[in-house]
Amino acid sequence: MVAAKKNEIIGKEAIEKKGWWQSYKWLLLRRLSQISILLLFMLVPICRWLSPEADCALGWIIKGNLASSKVFNTIPLTDPTLLLQMLASGFSKIAMDAIIGAIIVLVFYFLVGGRVFCSWVCPVNIVTDAAFWLRRKLKLTGGARFSRSIRYWVLGMILVLSAVTGSLAYELINPVSMLHRGLFFGMSLGWFVIVAVFLFDLFVAKRGWCTHICPMGAFYSLVGKVSPLKVRADARSACDDCGECYVVCPEPQILKPVLKGEEKGIFPVIQAGECTNCGRCVDVCAEEVFHFGLRYKNNQSKVNKAIGNKHEVIT
Amino acid sequence: MSNSQSKNSQKKSKVSRRRFLGDMAGTACGVGLFGLGIGLYSKSANAIKPLAIRPPGALAEEDFLAACTRCGICVRDCPYDILKLAQIGDDVPTGTPYFTARTGPCEMCEDIPCIPNCPTGALDHSLVDINKAKMGVAVVVDQETCIAFLGLRCEVCFNVCPVRGKAITIEPKHNKRSGRHAMFIPVVHSQDCTGCGLCEKACILEDAPAIKVFPEHLAKGDLGHHYRVGWEQEKANGGSLIKAKDKHQYNLPEGVRYDYEGVGLITDEAGNPIIDQSLIKPKQKTELKENKKPVSNNPLDILNQGIKEAE
Repeated sequence: MVAAKKNEIIGKEAIEKKGWWQSYKWLLLRRLSQISILLLFMLVPICRWLSPEADCALGWIIKGNLASSKVFNTIPLTDPTLLLQMLASGFSKIAMDAIIGAIIVLVFYFLVGGRVFCSWVCPVNIVTDAAFWLRRKLKLTGGARFSRSIRYWVLGMILVLSAVTGSLAYELINPVSMLHRGLFFGMSLGWFVIVAVFLFDLFVAKRGWCTHICPMGAFYSLVGKVSPLKVRADARSACDDCGECYVVCPEPQILKPVLKGEEKGIFPVIQAGECTNCGRCVDVCAEEVFHFGLRYKNNQSKVNKAIGNKHEVIT
Repeated sequence: MSNSQSKNSQKKSKVSRRRFLGDMAGTACGVGLFGLGIGLYSKSANAIKPLAIRPPGALAEEDFLAACTRCGICVRDCPYDILKLAQIGDDVPTGTPYFTARTGPCEMCEDIPCIPNCPTGALDHSLVDINKAKMGVAVVVDQETCIAFLGLRCEVCFNVCPVRGKAITIEPKHNKRSGRHAMFIPVVHSQDCTGCGLCEKACILEDAPAIKVFPEHLAKGDLGHHYRVGWEQEKANGGSLIKAKDKHQYNLPEGVRYDYEGVGLITDEAGNPIIDQSLIKPKQKTELKENKKPVSNNPLDILNQGIKEAE
């Protein structure tokens, strides 16, 4: 932590040691992913806007929004939390498309890590990351502190809400679907909801929305608990306690047990479902402690090498 | 040493258990309040039964609000770009698709492209004939301004109706005002009306049209289940349900007789019913005597009783 305070620019040491690209790689790839997903949904509307005469219908790579979409007009995708709410609401005549779509999405996020949705896809992440960035720039500290497990309660609550109201009640205010839908279909007053989330994260609670409240994140955390793709800290003995990873990590509470758990025999894998696989810790660590890998393999032999020659092991 | 340690940890665990329970209660209350807020909002947001019209094949509103993921694929698939997703603050539940008939009615595509890609079946995939769609029902709401009711020829709504001659018919009526013309009145038949709104779009009135599409539950009444529409029952059963020999129950004025075996009302030569004094109970007899005013043959006179006197 001491070093982190000394370094005004997080990742400065990493840039010096590893170079600029290696220190921003995952962050940039993540933004690229977020923006290109938005663009894919927007291809045809943009095409129609640019040339109203042209037949843009062929350009539908993906149609709809994050709630439900169709890839190439054939492969259905559906948000599994939405399907859960639908089931809870008592609507039983759900068409196969939605069920198959939810399974495809679920399998995908199971494989790559549940909360990859949060950090690589969700558009609200850009908003809350911006709030966090500004919060750090303005040196705002403190604010409301509340449990990070609230999100699981909220997840339960929205399911109960669906059952009680018999409708997808949470979708009336869900900022995640509201932003993604609004960007393509019109936001109007929806901007207020997004601004509210931004201000909440900026002034009320540090990383308040995504890591404390959002029930979609909670659902994907549950998926992530069993995902095979994880951030590993095989080279944790190289850690020099600079504390930069704690600063950039949206869920810093999950880092310490793994980073400092060598004596306690904790497996060098961040197994917590809350990890978003954003890879920011991989970026900022000058000592190259972290890397993406599978959760099962024990890389002890590699670690020994890593301590001797760190640059070789990072894959 | 070990004793005090265990006591200490016991105390600690008691405190942390209390704190844990307190935290849990706090969390539950907070989340509960959040949920209550959304729940109440949803009650009001979903309770405003939308005047906006849903795309063809949409399930009944309660089911629709549970089924629609608000993905907007139907909006994308509509070749005429009439569908919109409701934005927060609109009168339609956030994110759900609708169209506004006055500005952009459903063009009734034969292949109904908005339906097949609907992932959840919120738009019913079994609807394949657009003429069977039930998006709403057109109603001639303003029978004072509609120029047909003013005695002018218009029939624009009749002519644009895609279910031509069935959903809207023109019924000639006597023009009482002029006394010698016919009025060509548009009449909607809900059974065939798809609710596409082409008539609403075409209505020649300014801003607000005389014919409007409403969701069916707003446009139509609900006939009490004990009513039987005789002529329809007759059609369905291939004949009258009432046999000639069934004795009728008539609510006739007292003393008036009705012969059900073909003769009909028992009347004198002038056609006035013969009152059988023997059938009248004595109490009523005196009342009849007291009521000296002759009863008018025109039922309107009875309905309007007292209005003129009040004036």
